[in-house]
Formats: sequence, C-alpha cells, structure tokens
Amino acid sequence: MANAGLKRVDLIFDQVNVKEILEKTLKKEPEEIIQDILDSGLRGRGGAGFPTGLKWKYTATEKDPVKYIVCNADEGEPGTFKDRQILDEVPRKVFGGMAVASKAIGAKTGYIYLRGEYKFLVPKIEEELEVFHHILKELKHDFTIHLRLGCGAYICGEESALFESIEGFRGEPRNKPPYPTSFGLFGKPTSINNVETLVYAFMICRIGVKRFHDLGTKDSRGSKVFSVSGDTPKAGIYELELGMTVERFVEEFGDGDTKAVQVGGASGFCVPRKKFSDTIIGFEGVPTGGSMKLFNSSRSMYNVLHNYLDFFSEESCGQCTPCRIGCQQLLLGIQAVKKGEKNSRYLDELIKLAGTMKLASKCGLGQSVGNAFKSIVENFKEEIIY
Amino acid sequence: MVNLTINGLPISVKEGTTILDAARKLDFTIPTLCNHPDLCVAGNCRVCVVKVLDARTLVAACATPVTEGMNVMTNSLSVRTARKHIIELLLSEHLADCTKCYKNGSCELQNLANEYSVGDHILIDLVPYHAHKKDITSPSLIKDDSKCIRCQRCVRTCEELQGVNALAVANKGAKMKISSFFDKPMHEVICTNCGQCINRCPTGALVERNYIDEVWEAILDPQKHVVVQTAPAVRVGLGEALGLEPGLRVTGKMVSALKRLGFDSVLDTDFTADLTIMEEGTELLTRLKKVLVDKDTEVRLPMTTSCSPGWIKFIEHTFPDFLNHVSTCKSPQQMFGSMAKTYYAQKRGLNPKDIVSVSIMPCTAKKYEADRPEMRSSGYKDVDYVLTTRELAKMIKQAGISFNNLQSMKYDSIMGDSSGAAVIFGATGGVMEAALRTAYELVTGREVPFKDLNITPVRGMEGVREANILIDNCLPEWSFLNGVELKCAVAHGLANAKTLMSNVRDGKVSYHFIEIMACPGGCLGGGGQPIPTNKKIRQKRAEAIYEEDMNMPIRKSHENPEIIEIYKDFLGKPNSHKAHELLHTHYTRRKRY
Amino acid sequence: MIEHGSQVKELADKHGRRRDSLIPILQGLLEGRNYLTDEDMVQVAKELDISAADVYGTASFYSFMDTEVRGKYVIRVCKTISCSMKGKNEVLRTIEDTLKIKVGETTSDRQFSLLETNCIGWCHKAPAILINDTPYTELTPEKVTEILQEYIKKQ
Repeated sequence: MANAGLKRVDLIFDQVNVKEILEKTLKKEPEEIIQDILDSGLRGRGGAGFPTGLKWKYTATEKDPVKYIVCNADEGEPGTFKDRQILDEVPRKVFGGMAVASKAIGAKTGYIYLRGEYKFLVPKIEEELEVFHHILKELKHDFTIHLRLGCGAYICGEESALFESIEGFRGEPRNKPPYPTSFGLFGKPTSINNVETLVYAFMICRIGVKRFHDLGTKDSRGSKVFSVSGDTPKAGIYELELGMTVERFVEEFGDGDTKAVQVGGASGFCVPRKKFSDTIIGFEGVPTGGSMKLFNSSRSMYNVLHNYLDFFSEESCGQCTPCRIGCQQLLLGIQAVKKGEKNSRYLDELIKLAGTMKLASKCGLGQSVGNAFKSIVENFKEEIIY
Repeated sequence: MVNLTINGLPISVKEGTTILDAARKLDFTIPTLCNHPDLCVAGNCRVCVVKVLDARTLVAACATPVTEGMNVMTNSLSVRTARKHIIELLLSEHLADCTKCYKNGSCELQNLANEYSVGDHILIDLVPYHAHKKDITSPSLIKDDSKCIRCQRCVRTCEELQGVNALAVANKGAKMKISSFFDKPMHEVICTNCGQCINRCPTGALVERNYIDEVWEAILDPQKHVVVQTAPAVRVGLGEALGLEPGLRVTGKMVSALKRLGFDSVLDTDFTADLTIMEEGTELLTRLKKVLVDKDTEVRLPMTTSCSPGWIKFIEHTFPDFLNHVSTCKSPQQMFGSMAKTYYAQKRGLNPKDIVSVSIMPCTAKKYEADRPEMRSSGYKDVDYVLTTRELAKMIKQAGISFNNLQSMKYDSIMGDSSGAAVIFGATGGVMEAALRTAYELVTGREVPFKDLNITPVRGMEGVREANILIDNCLPEWSFLNGVELKCAVAHGLANAKTLMSNVRDGKVSYHFIEIMACPGGCLGGGGQPIPTNKKIRQKRAEAIYEEDMNMPIRKSHENPEIIEIYKDFLGKPNSHKAHELLHTHYTRRKRY
Repeated sequence: MIEHGSQVKELADKHGRRRDSLIPILQGLLEGRNYLTDEDMVQVAKELDISAADVYGTASFYSFMDTEVRGKYVIRVCKTISCSMKGKNEVLRTIEDTLKIKVGETTSDRQFSLLETNCIGWCHKAPAILINDTPYTELTPEKVTEILQEYIKKQ
C-alpha cells in the first residue's frame, strides 16, 4: 500500500556522535547485530535491494578467517548523486556502518571503492578516516579501512567487477555462482554494501529496529535518499519515506508539465504520465538506487533513449555477446527507424532482442538495458519512430 | 552426488559438475563457443545459456554448477530464441566472407549458424562501424580483427597454457577487442609464434600465414628441384585433417601423397633429428667435461635443447641472460635446410640455387625460424617455405588425392633414413630420450638400462618432469663421468617452461640437461597441427609416436647408416668446424615486453 | 624516459608490487600528466613482473587512463541526459571556440585536452564538467569562459 504523504526523513544527514553509537553497538554479539538488521527490513540502497541482514548473515556463516567489508562508492548510475553528498557531509557515519558490519561478519579489513570522478573528496575522506581509525583504536576494535579509487568505469559499480578492479584487473563481472558472500574480494567472503545502506545500518543501531521498520511499506521498509534532477524546480537530494506513488512524487517535484519520470537511471524504468498513479516507488513497484529524473513535454524521449543506449554501448565491459553487441544494435536500430532506413515494425524485433539481453547477459548491466528500452519504446512509440 | 533433471530426464552427477558436462552425460550437446577443454571457464559468449526453472535469468551451462533438484531445459522457447539472437549478434559483428576465408568449412561460428540460425538475418551489419585491422606482419600468423568474436580463448591460451601474455583484452564496450601490447604489430611484440592461439580460435580471426600457392608454384616450375622434409609429429596428426581418427600413423600414405603432389624428393626431418642428436649429444658431453673437469666458468649448465623455435623466441625475450645455456645446435628443420643446399646438392649434382626447400611442420613458429636472418649458412635461404600439417592437408585435397586409398611408400634417400629415436622428437620428452640413448652408449659402451630402450621416466604429460640417470663404468676417455648422476628435466608448454627456468635461475633446482617444448604435449600439440585439440587427442598422438618408434628397425640415432655416411663423406665428426658452420647457430637478445 | 623509470620505482615502493598495486601505480603516473605512454607500461610491467600487454589491457579498460597524449588540464564535459538537457552543447561549443580544439583534441601548447565523459554525479547542477579532478557546475557559456580564462592565466 502506498504512503499518502511525502514524508521527509532525517536519518542520513543528521550529525550524530559516531563514537557513542559504535561503543554501544560493538559490545553486542554479531548474531544480535545481524538479527536487528534482518528485523528492520533494510534492503540495499544501491538499486538491487538485497536484504542487508541476509547478506551479512551469509558472510558471517562462512568459515574463512579472512573476510572483507566493501563500501560501494562507485555511484555512476546517471542521475544518482546522493552518495557524493553522504560522503561529503557524514563520512564518519559511513565508516561507522562499515565498522558495525565488520563486527557482524567478522572482518578485519574494509575497502571503500570511490569512483574516480569523486577524487576531489579524497583529502576530506582521508582526514576523516584518520580520526575514525583513532576512534576504533580507543574502542579496541580491530578494523582498518582502505580507500581505493576507480578510474572512469560505470561497470565497476557492479559488485564482482568492483572486486576485479580492486584486485588490479579489468572491471569485468564474474560468473555467479559463486556469490560474493562466499567468494568475493581476493576470493574471500565479502559483504559489499552501498554507501547509503551502511549509513542506514549504522542509524538502525542508534534509533532501534522499530523506528526504521515502521517507515515505508511491507516490501520497502524505511526511508531512502533520492537524487532528483531534470525538469524540476526542486532539483537536489531528499531523504523520503519509501512507498509513495510516482503521482505523489511528481506533485511535489514536477514542473507542472511532467510527461515521464525515469526511475532508477539509465538501467531503470521510464514511467509515463498515464501510469503515475499506479506505480509505487519501492521494491514492490519500480526500485531505484536514488536516481529520479523528470521529463516534461518539451523533451524528446527518442533523445533520452538514444542517450541511454549510447551510455551503455560505451560503459559495457564488452565481454559478453548480448550486452556488447546488443547495446550497439539497439542504438543503431532506433537510429535506423528514425531515419526511415528500417520499418517501424523493426522496433518489435528490437524489443525481442532486449528481452534476450535481459535473460542472457552475464551481469546486471546487460540485463537492465532492456528496462529503459522497453519502457520508453512501448510508452512513447511515436516519438521513437517520427 | 547431486540429483537433477535435464529436459525431463533424471541424472546424478558429482558435486561441482557444470550443467554442460551433466548434459553431455545424457547425450545432450549444448552449443558452446568460448568454452575449451584445455582452458578455464569463461562464460562470456553466452551461446550455452539454458533455462533453469525458477531462476530469474537463463544461465550459462558452462559456468553453472548443478544443484540438488535443479530442473534444466536446454531447448525451451526462451533458450532457442536467445541462442538464435546470440548467434545473429555474433554474425553481425563478424566479416562473413566465408568463401574467401581460410577457415571455410572448419569455422565454429559457421557451424553454429548452420545449426541454429538458418534464414534471414534481421540485425544491422556492424562491421562497417568498426575500424578493423588485419595484421600480416608476422611470418607465422595472421590476426584478422574483423573475424574476432571476442571469446577470449586466445588470451586465455596465451596466459594459462603459455604464460606469454602477448595478447590481452583491451578497451571496453563497443570498442572492446583482443589486442597486443599497445595494439602493435604481432611481429614487434613478445609473441613467440607458437600458434597455440590459432589452435583454439573458433573462427578465422587467428590463422597461420599460408604458403600453399608459393609451394605449388615451385613444384610446377620445371627449373626447380623441390625437396620436402616432414617432421615426426606430422605423421601422427595428418590423418585427423583428412577425416581419420586421432592416433593413426599415416607415414607411408603421407610419403605417397607428397610424391603425388609432385615433390622431387620426399625426405625426412627425422634424418636431421638424428643428426641433431649427434651434434647435441656431443655438445652436452663437451660441456660436461668443461664444467666438471676443466672447471671452465665460461661454459654453462644446465644445457637446454634448441629445436623448439617458440621456446627460442621465448627465452630470447624472457630469460636473455640464459641464452648461453641453450644448445648452439640448429633445429632439425634448419639442419635439414642447410644440408639440402650443400650436402644433398653436391651428392645429387644439383645447383643449390635451383633447389627449393620445403618443410611440413606441426608448428607455426618454424615459419618464423626459417625467416631468421642467420638461417642462411648454405649461402641461400636454408628453408624456403614451411607448411603446417593443416596446409598439407589442404594441398592434398586440392590435388584431388584420395588419401585413405593410397599405398604406403618409403622416403627417398639420401636424407630419408631415420631411427626410432628421431621420431620420438614429436612428443614431449622425446629429444631427451633420444639424446640419452646415444650419449649413454657413447660414454659407457652399453645401451641405456631401460626395457626396450624406452626411457619411461622422461615420458608422460605432466608439465614438468625430472629423471636422474646414473652413469657408471664408463669407457676410459669418459671416466670423469663415473658416478655422475645426470640430472634431467623436461617441460612442455611455455608456462611450465617459465616456471622451470625461474626455478633454475633462482637456484631452487639444479640440472645438467633440460628439454623444453613450447607446445603442450610437445610438437604433436603444435600450433600447426589439426584442430580441434584436447588432452585426449594429444595423448592418442603420443601413443602413436611411441608405437612408431617401437616399429623402427633402428632405434638409436648413431646407428642410422645415412648419419654415419654424412659424417664420413661430408661433416667429418660431430662439432667439427664444418658442422659448426652449417649446423650450429646463435641467438638474439630481445625486448622484455 | 629514465625519469619515468624512477617514478615507477617510487610508486611501486609506495604501493607495493602485487597485482592489486597495479591500478594505484598507474593512477600515480597519471597524476599531473593525464596520460600513459608505452614506455610507462613497459616499466610497470618490469616492476610487477607481468606482461606489458596485460598492463595495456588493464589500463585501456578505464576511461580516465588515457593512452593518447593529453594536456596538463583535461576537461571532461558530461554528456549524459541531465547535462544534455540543460545546455551542455552550448558549454561544449564555448570551450571549443575558446581553446580552438574539438572533442578528443589537445591544444598545441599541450595545456588543455577536451573530452566528453558520462555522468559525473552533478545532475541537479547541470551542466557540469571536470577539469582534472575539480568539478565545475551550473555552467553557462559565460561562466565557463571565466573558468577557462583563470586556467589560461595560470601559465
């Protein structure tokens, strides 16, 4: 059931006493911490939405003495810019989340993988890390966080590609199974979590399970940070309760002429006006890592789709056939239809191809290209053809 | 054991088995491209995707281990649709000029298109959108990016099997391609020309430089006297390229075919393999004397063999400080070349400038070797053209010869006689065994103490093998070797060679004599041998080689009458001045990258 | 070239000589120079005992590891949808006109290179660019001219 109001929440950016929260939490048993996170219903905030408690539980049950906690700060999904703000304003809460995770799963080392485009944040992060390591020393918790930088590759936001990058290789996603919780960074059991997820996990330790659990809906517990951009007078970063309809969202953020909302970036879904009221922003409807882009009637959805396909053709790692070649075919395909070189019925063939990409691609990138493709082509067919 | 169903049929397999292997046990063949039995799993072509009930997506059969109760469908509608799409996607990126392509009829992509993708192709042709390069700078191989389907088999081969890493995956997205260092021409980088990548490339993206037309021209030129030599490994591999089972010895038919093709003289590389043993055996004993008796610090042990040109280029790039360990002997191919245009020419009363010297090799690096500037000791290019086993098969087909119906024929003389020791050059450990059979007898006056002269410790397919042979009761002039335990090592595949040489360099191991073959299995697995290749096939070829050895009337190089004759009439004695001029060579330090 | 060799050694001393030291070392080389030469890669290959092709294959994967010669300042203009919607083309044209180079090119004095890049995370303040590591947002043709002038004055 959707939430009636658009409730703003202040869990993420609120300044808190990190040391105090850590001191209290690190005294708990790992099982207790994991149970709390499980009970809270917290799901990954990077876009995939895997239950965080489960991820920590699986990693905790592995027998290997060496384990890792990795913070995925490779925010690259077009329209997502909330992790940047979080790392800039409350980095210690991120580290706090990592430290709590390290206690829960039994890791002594953590990595933050920060995208290269955010390199300007490094001095601040390093400074804060030094203070944080000091805090950990005082609390006698054996956990060290290392910072690693990306270098211009969207695909390195994919968990196994991220591991490959830290390990010094091309960021090519791995075969799964095995999954990161049993074979992750350097082949060790790893829990990899988004920046925002880690802050929420940390804050749950402070505010308690119930206060988080009671926000949102049954499938989308809690709140989320959204990055809003496009045709909106209120472009920016907002922490909102999960579960509102797109209609309610557009009421708040639209410019009065919104014809489509792209939820979840280039790998997300395009929701047309006629579906605003039926679509819930959450895991039971259209999930998102935070990216919310509004388009008004002046925008050409062909240009939007073209932009996304161009993006994927460049950012695909290139190893698997359906994604490497499929992205190029979709891009050239819509160009050909527009130019009249191919009949409009060709779009149906491309939709079938997008369907194969969804089923046969090796990783989430290739599997998600079809989302934007189908939702834009099906809902804005005339704009694509003419 | 794990229980699952595939296409409704139940099966039990060991834990860790992939869906692909489990399906094979039920006689369901799931199509593959990037998968290869010699290499680790890649899972990138996605041709092998199958449906698993309740899974969110299709899964790659080659990369997914079976789980209890799994319900697999290899031929559902979504699988068939995906398969067709994927093959069509690959074809859209591929320059399909099959009628002009070297791999026409033996291309895995072509086979898949034939099986799964008949009918109109609806996707857009992407070939004009990519700037493709065709690299023909190397005398051994051609790299044609327009045919590449990016399965990465070549990269994995060069990395896992050979440890050379001359090929890498470069760029990403639409620009992703297989590349050499900085996309430089293959002739300029550390590629050893071993051709293992060619053996595993599913399409025509990597093929050997072929010289079939040049050889036809020579044969059909009445002014030219064309001699051909055949390497040991060719006679156990050629059959496969002509539709026969792996592991058949086709020596007699091969000679017959060569005669029918019109070569003026069909001779045997095995002859010069025996010659190599004489020269190299003597060199080894000389080195041993200089080190053990004279304490000459200029002379180095271990000595390594030098007949594998892939190994030679590898050590020139990677361990140039060890070049003075390599035997100065030329390879049998090159020894043959220089003898053909001197000794043979003299004996036959021919002008060497009218002789065209052709070799049939299981090897692509031999093409590079023949081109090396120092290989002209006859005063002419010692070996003019090198053909791979595959090229010979093509010529036989072009000439309309029914290979299977041919009668066996014998090699011509004066360079056509050989021993069993020579033929085993084609298998890993063979050179070592041949050398020991002669050297041991030379030094002790007795045959090697192994049943039927089969020195089994140096045989087999493990990557690195060791054998110690105790030398005792020597003839008086070799008494300094009394009690010496001759420490020998054998490695095949350049990755194993690298490990072995690193250990030697670090002082972790100590040997007197090392045999190295660049290719897995030795020459029988060479870059010019029939495709496909896998461990089973190479094992069958090895068995054929040792069988051939057992069936030779002469089993030791020094007993070959034509060898005795060449020394008597021409060379004098092993390592003589003349032998050094014509049968020995030097090496070149090359860049690390 | 000898200069690059000792720089690689220093970076390897700092980051280690394991495989996972590769990217930090390459990033260290890029600092202030913005591109990698083939000689750089050979040095790194030697230091880490891996093949140069392997170094090249890894480096060429990452968009910010350029193997073409780049200027002291690399300008990366975001071309993803939000910036595209908010005037990126005008900004791009202004940069092209001011510096007299097109996308992909470098000024003859090797000071500036102009490239396009994908979403850099400033969509709410589009259009945005990076000049080396520094982001500049909410750009207009006037603003970007001002910014460029400051960089030009820095010489």
